[in-house]
This record gives sequence, structure tokens and C-alpha cells, in this order.
Amino acid sequence: MTLHITWVDWLVVGVYFAFVLGIGFYLRRFARTGEDFFIAGRRNSAWVAGLAFLSANMGALELLGMTGNTYEYGMFVAHFYWIGAIPAMLFLAVYMMPFYYSSRIHSVPGYLKLRFDEKTRVLNAVAFAVMTLLVSGINLYAMALVLRTFLGWNWDACMWISAATVAVYVTLGGLLSAIFTEIIQFFLIWFGLFLVSVLGIIEIGGWQEVFNRLPDSMGALWSTSTDPANNGMRVTWLGVALGLGFVLSFGYWTTDFLVVQRAFSSKDLRSARMTPVIASFFKMALPFIVVIAGLVAWVLARDPGTGFSLLVEDGGVRYDSALPMLIQRYYPTGLMGLGVTALLAGFMAGQAGNISAFNTVWTYDIYRAVIRKKASDAHMVRMGRAATIVGILLSVVTAYWAKSFPSIMDYMQAIFSWVNAPLFATMLLGMFFARITSAGAFWGLIAGMASSFSLFLAVKFGWVSAGMITLSKNASPMAANFWRAWWAWLICFTVTILVSAFTRPKPKAQLAGLVKGLTPVAKDDRLRFYQRPEIMALAALAVFLILNLIFW
Amino acid sequence: MSEHRLLSIWFFVGLMLTVFGVIITATGVYFLFRPQQVTAFAHLNPSLWWGLIMLASGTLFLVPSLRARKGRKH
Repeated sequence: MTLHITWVDWLVVGVYFAFVLGIGFYLRRFARTGEDFFIAGRRNSAWVAGLAFLSANMGALELLGMTGNTYEYGMFVAHFYWIGAIPAMLFLAVYMMPFYYSSRIHSVPGYLKLRFDEKTRVLNAVAFAVMTLLVSGINLYAMALVLRTFLGWNWDACMWISAATVAVYVTLGGLLSAIFTEIIQFFLIWFGLFLVSVLGIIEIGGWQEVFNRLPDSMGALWSTSTDPANNGMRVTWLGVALGLGFVLSFGYWTTDFLVVQRAFSSKDLRSARMTPVIASFFKMALPFIVVIAGLVAWVLARDPGTGFSLLVEDGGVRYDSALPMLIQRYYPTGLMGLGVTALLAGFMAGQAGNISAFNTVWTYDIYRAVIRKKASDAHMVRMGRAATIVGILLSVVTAYWAKSFPSIMDYMQAIFSWVNAPLFATMLLGMFFARITSAGAFWGLIAGMASSFSLFLAVKFGWVSAGMITLSKNASPMAANFWRAWWAWLICFTVTILVSAFTRPKPKAQLAGLVKGLTPVAKDDRLRFYQRPEIMALAALAVFLILNLIFW
Repeated sequence: MSEHRLLSIWFFVGLMLTVFGVIITATGVYFLFRPQQVTAFAHLNPSLWWGLIMLASGTLFLVPSLRARKGRKH
């Protein structure tokens, strides 16, 4: 199956490529110093940083992966957007951002250096760099797959062309280029894909009719979560709350430098704190594209009269074909080009986000920390540009490796639980307890990462049953990821406390500005009450609760 | 930092939506005179009304950012 692309669709795709490359060349003159290239000059408003914060996360996962997962697991996928994101984003805004932003660091590993020591920073930087390249490779793989499957393009050629495009504009404009293209991608995704959900709902006969045709296991958010056998994801509410809602979500949204870097580019502390709050409102709206499209695809596929079905390849259903199949069903010439461009934009911006985070961590937290401690600012910018190109090349290598994995999303969650879940325990303890020591943080991180990786291998190769980790018999691979993240977090948390109990903490004078209780609370009396990040966070929390109740 | 003044991101967003809005609307107008029945809902001509929505949204971003730039020059 290939989508029918006419010259008008080609024109839309071509305009997009010309646009992002043009932005890269235009922004080159604004990326001359290290501060410009790696942190976008710290001049962005909360709105710019907020939309980029959200868009950096909207790669291959958000579009094809999540729509396909909804087709497979049902409404439970909305948990990734609501409990799996919103509490963590608001926690970052209210409690953690003051420590991050006020310490004027360039990266999350940079905070670990200030709070703990160099070896903890380098450990996390190396883990993050590896994880980011893996994720970037998956992005590339997904993009090439879409182009090959749905447009009939050559797998290798389209991967290299898109990788080269991202390499050009990130090398030229650094983080600013990545942020500009991420915001453009945000609007392209809404204008390019929301129409799929709208037309799907019209075809089925209305919003209520979509849910009427779904079984309870597919259409409910929480009410089927007491028994794993009753829901499509085969996970309990405890697995969702602990694994996804707590560990994976907080691990990703509060410590993953890919997203947090966007907040660091804000012009002041209030803007940095508002960044995740603004992003949270738009994050809550995303299921109205991806989850609804997945549910529409499920309903249409079960009605023989519609003639709709997903792609079957090598005897198996390709769940990630749900969105492209809907685009093919609804979009005529022109709109087809827009839909394809929205997918491309999602992939390319996601990859640009990964690469811009990678080049910063490599340059500041590995290269300058270990290899060349006295590098000049101009040298750092050159190194950042070189790291961008090398990072893209390594992503391409990763993409060929990722090709052998059957499910994009399960793999992604597995990677997050290796790196982010333990790091969240380290950050939580480090930011809120002065008694946590450098040795505790280092060995806690090692134990957490090693345990997560070991559990992944143990289940994959059948050394232990998945039920031992998930505490249930019918757990899906997704449920295993949630639980593995929880155990990695708990092991890191416990080891960090135990080692800290027997080692000497840093003097409190060295922790000012880095730990709660030793940091003066910054208050801006000029702000009206509704302009305060805490109040806006409460408003976001209220919307979050209402959505959960509506779809309970 | 460069001495050049950076164009607002909203200018680029507006420009992109406007250009795409023009292309999509033009295809919608074409389908008015030469209807196609290849896709579901072709009779509703989604290209036309969605293209117009994009065009209007693009203008809403483009005009204020151009005015702000002009204001700064004077």
C-alpha cells in the first residue's frame, strides 16, 4: 500500500524542507557564542519555551506509536498524556525549576556536578548521551519506515536525506534552530492531523457513538484497571500509577535534558517555571489527535461496511499504520501533502531535539569535563557543531539496529527505565535532602541503572517470568516496562539513602541554591496572583482531574 | 550575540500557515469545479474550509508580528 502523492503534495513537502533549511541559514548569525548555540541565548518567552518543551517530546512516539498503541490498548494510552505527564510537569515547574534555573547550568548533568561531584555528572552524561542517540535512531528509523511503507520511497535514501536536513539546520543554528522548528512542527501537527480525528468522528456518527461502539476494555480510563484481564493494556491501576504516573513520568519530564533544556532557554525564572505549565495544557489536548484517531481506526476496522483495515505485513498487523491509513482515507490532494508533512515535521523536530540535547551534554559534560577542561567558548561552539554531525551519523547507525525491534513504543519505554527512572530518585533525594552524599548518588545511580538493565535482559531471555516483576500473570510488555521502572527507581532510592547514611555529606554552605531549605525562595511581588506559576499549575491540575473524571 | 534583530518565531509560524493555507485553499477551489470522489467526505470538500482556516490563522500570526517589527523600526 502506498499513498497517492501528486505534484501538489510534493509542493507542500518541498516548501516545508525549504522552510526549515531557510530557518537554519537565517539563525546561523544568531548562534555565535556558546550561550547562543547551546542554550538559545536564554532569551525565550514562556510561550516559546513552553511550546518547544512540549514539541521536543512529539517525535515518532507521539504520532504513529501512540495512535498505534491506542488501536492495540485502547483509551489507556491517554494515561501517557495525563497521569503520565501532567503531575510531573507541574512538579517540575513548582518545585524543581528554581534549583535548575537559578544555578545557571547548561544541562541536567551540570546540576549533578554542582550538587554531587564530577563522576556522578559524567556517569549520567554518558548514559544520557547513549540514550539520546538510541532515541534519535528510533526517530530516524520510524521516519524512514513511514516514507518507505506509505510513500514507497527508498528506505536508505529517505533516512539519509532527512538526517542530513536535520544536521544542516541544527549545525547552523544550534538550540535556537531546534526550538524554531519544534514550534513550527507544533502547529503543523495540529493543522495537519487534527482533521483526521474530526472527519473520523463525523464518519462514525458523533463523539458519543465512537465510545458506544467500544468495549469497556478499550473505552475506559480507570474503571477497568482493578483487574489486568479487563483492560487492553493488561495492567492494574497500581502499575499505571507507580510505574507510569510516578517513576517513568517524573523521570522523563523532570530530569530528561531533552525537554528541560527548553526551559533553560527562558529569559527569566518565572518564564522557566511557566514553561512546563503552559506545555501541560497542550499536552492534555494531544489525545484529541492521537488517541481519538486510534479509537476511530479501531471502530472503523470492526465495521466490515467501511472497508477499513490496518496494514498487514509478514502475517502481523502493523498497528503504527493506523494514522497513515486514516490519512489515506480522508485526505485528498493537498491535504495529503499536509498530513505527510506533519508526520515528517514530527519526526525531524523530535530528532533535532535529541541531537541538540546530545551536542550540549557531549560538549559541556563529557568533552569539557573529561577531555579538554580549558576549552575556549569559540572552541566549544565548534565542538558543538561537530558533535551534531557525529551524533546524526551515530543515529543513522542506531536506526539500522532499531529496525529489528517490533514495537517502537515498548522499546522506547525500556530505554527510559534504564536511565531516567533511577535518575529521578537521585534528583528527588538530592534536591530535597542535604544529607544525601556524592557517594550515595553515584552508587545509587549505578545500582538503579544496572538493575533496570538486568531486569530487561532477564525477562527478554526468559531467565525470570515477567509476572515476577509485574506482580500479575497477564502483564503486557508495556506493563513490564512500568514495573521495571518502579523497581529501578526503588533500588536507586534505597541504595542512595543507605550509602549516604555511611558517608560524609557536602558542607551546607556548598549546597546553597541547590537544595531545598538552603535556598532563598525568590518572590516577585509585581506579579498578580493569576500570573504566578503556582496558581497556573493549580488551574492545569484542575483540568487534569476533570479529564480523568470525564473519561473514568 | 549578533547585532541583527531576531525575527519573531510567530512571524515564521504565520508565514508557514499562510503559504500552506493558500495551497490547500487553491486545491479546494479546484475541487469545487472538478469534484473528486477518491476519499471519504470528498463531497464536503475539506480542503476548501480547512485551507481557509489555515489561511485565517496564518494571517492572525503574520500581521501582528509584521506590525510589531515595523513599529520597532520607526
